[in-house]
Amino acid sequence: MIKRFLNLEWKAFFRSASFQVNVFLKILMGLGALYFIVVFASLGAGLYFILEKAELEPLKTVNKFLIYYFVVDLIARYFFQKMPVINIKPMLLMPFKKSKIVNFALGKTALSFFNIIHAFFFIPFSVILLTQGYSPLGVIRWHLGIMALIYINNFINVFLNDETVFVVLLGAVFVVLGGLQYYGYFDITSYTGTFFQGLYDMPWLAIIPILVLAGVAYYAFTYFLKRLYLDAGLSKKTKTATTENMEWLDRFGKGSTFLKNDLKLILRNKRSKTTVFLSVLFLFYGLLFFGEGFIEVYEGPFMRMFAAVFVTGGFLFSFGQFVPSWDSAYYPLMMTQNIRYKEYLRSKWLLVVIATAISSVLAIPYVYFGWEVLAAIFVGAIFNMGVNAHLVLLGGAYIKTPIDLTSGKKAFGDKSAFNIKTLLISLPKMLGPMALYAIGHFTLGPVSGFALVGIAGLAGFAFRDKVFNMIIKIYKKEKYKTLQAYKQKN
Amino acid sequence: MIEIHNLSKNYNGVSVLNLEHISIPKGQAFGLVGNNGAGKTTLFSSLLDLIQPTTGYIKNGGYEVNKSEEWKTHTASFIDESFLIGYLTPEEYFYFIGDLRGQNKADVDALLSGFEDFFNDEIIGKRKYLRDLSKGNQKKVGIVATLIGNPDVIILDEPFANLDPTTQIRLKGIIKEMATNKDITVLVSSHDLQHVTEVCERIVVLEKGEQVKDIMTSPETLKELESYFSGEAVV
Repeated sequence: MIKRFLNLEWKAFFRSASFQVNVFLKILMGLGALYFIVVFASLGAGLYFILEKAELEPLKTVNKFLIYYFVVDLIARYFFQKMPVINIKPMLLMPFKKSKIVNFALGKTALSFFNIIHAFFFIPFSVILLTQGYSPLGVIRWHLGIMALIYINNFINVFLNDETVFVVLLGAVFVVLGGLQYYGYFDITSYTGTFFQGLYDMPWLAIIPILVLAGVAYYAFTYFLKRLYLDAGLSKKTKTATTENMEWLDRFGKGSTFLKNDLKLILRNKRSKTTVFLSVLFLFYGLLFFGEGFIEVYEGPFMRMFAAVFVTGGFLFSFGQFVPSWDSAYYPLMMTQNIRYKEYLRSKWLLVVIATAISSVLAIPYVYFGWEVLAAIFVGAIFNMGVNAHLVLLGGAYIKTPIDLTSGKKAFGDKSAFNIKTLLISLPKMLGPMALYAIGHFTLGPVSGFALVGIAGLAGFAFRDKVFNMIIKIYKKEKYKTLQAYKQKN
Repeated sequence: MIEIHNLSKNYNGVSVLNLEHISIPKGQAFGLVGNNGAGKTTLFSSLLDLIQPTTGYIKNGGYEVNKSEEWKTHTASFIDESFLIGYLTPEEYFYFIGDLRGQNKADVDALLSGFEDFFNDEIIGKRKYLRDLSKGNQKKVGIVATLIGNPDVIILDEPFANLDPTTQIRLKGIIKEMATNKDITVLVSSHDLQHVTEVCERIVVLEKGEQVKDIMTSPETLKELESYFSGEAVV
């Protein structure tokens, strides 16, 4: 039976309309995965000795910070781990037990990269603990306990479908806790560290996470089993509609029809709402880079420009990237109505530019880190509006992945509004401003670096109509293929 | 109004549509019937330039549909749910289409007021998004939306399917009225022989992509079609 499910998955992948893009991205993802494996494995092998050198008790130190590790893991899972979407409805009437469907779907999550990656850290680390004379029984208990906790995270994530607010709150709470710990007001790790250390010290404590895991797994199983009905987990939720006139948008002229529609699209669909929400998160991304001596890898002129582009570009990357896929559900309508492509594009472009402008205003507090940071963010914003806004729309013309706007439809949901794919396609758009800035920075100093990026951005505006015409040509050329691809749900 | 020339469509070497010549004059109510796979939707889709024909071309109002986009200004169509925007309320959808077709709110409202019966008080002012309406009600919205902006050509794929009996009867009335208007060319496909003979002046039967009958509707047409589809005529 499992074989048959796997067979279906296999076919879904190979027969997908965006197969080539998928393969290419899978390769890139594979490389990314390899990178993380290497990082985790070398950390697992080396951390013990690093900590020993720093005259810290290795296991105790690791235990102390494990709580943050698990929270970051959960948040990363929420945003990046794909849920086991299998086409459930047609399976319901088939002559096999529903429990098999649920088992397969949940089993698939257990094999996820997000679980396996941890083994690359914890297995070498545990082996080294053993060779360094830690009690074998204790290490095994500790190891099993940690594994159970990782899988508990896995199941928590399954339940966290569309609970973005909760996840962000959790993240915020732990950022605050981290701050309190850093400044010495309150140290949460003294409690959690004791627990993790207890997994090693106390003979029975490891049983607790294992029992909890069993409980959670069983609960997940029954929860989804119960919800495999058309009017339960598989149903759509109906909300009362609100009507907005948005007449104030009429000032934008002929394109306002689309602008109004796009705003409604964003406000009324789960998938697009998450996108907007994520672009707000991007605003804070710069904190990682600009905070003094926060993370060393991120220092240096290139990386600052990189961050600056990201701070205002959240919406640009997560929304602009997928024009026209946002309209995939009714693309045939758009293609048979009397629509001027230019107005259509202009509306999307305007939306991206407005969002970028708003982001750069909201980013003004970054001036706290010095005028250079703010200057970087502003020229980054200009570059985003002038150049990247066109590039994402151009790239979007080739992305023929239909977007299921009401992604709450499936029992297991697919909340990948900003997934690894998006990230990978976005990366090249960072390199341009980084290179430009570097040229200026190393010849005449930072100011000319900023000037170069800014000028390139302004120059980009001049090419708007040209790029639009190019995009329109692509839309026309790819029209039939796009229509075909959008027909494919999932 | 509409000229079909040597139109054919092949998928992987299998011909699904092969029509030599069909000419639909302005104002005609044109019905298309045929079994599943006869090529009805394929024909309508190529008429709307949603798929590319393998050979031949279609002219709509003098414009070749895959070369010019001018035909879009006088053509309205409803093929399936992909012609609806799920996150809009019916009113918003009508106004959106109106905007695209150069009609203001008052124009659209005036048009809608004529369809109160047809909507059966289940569409307007219900504070529901289109995606939450039943299939039948979605269809009603799609069909009425094609009337916005006085188009010259209206294309409806299977308009009777999924509708309740009352609505089917009302829809027949609406299409008949269009048929009497000599400015509007209506193209309708259907599996329901009775409906289609009632509303259309001319009926073309497709089988496996080929035109097998082209009849001007008369009182005997229904019998003729029934005997054809029951297989008696083939023998």
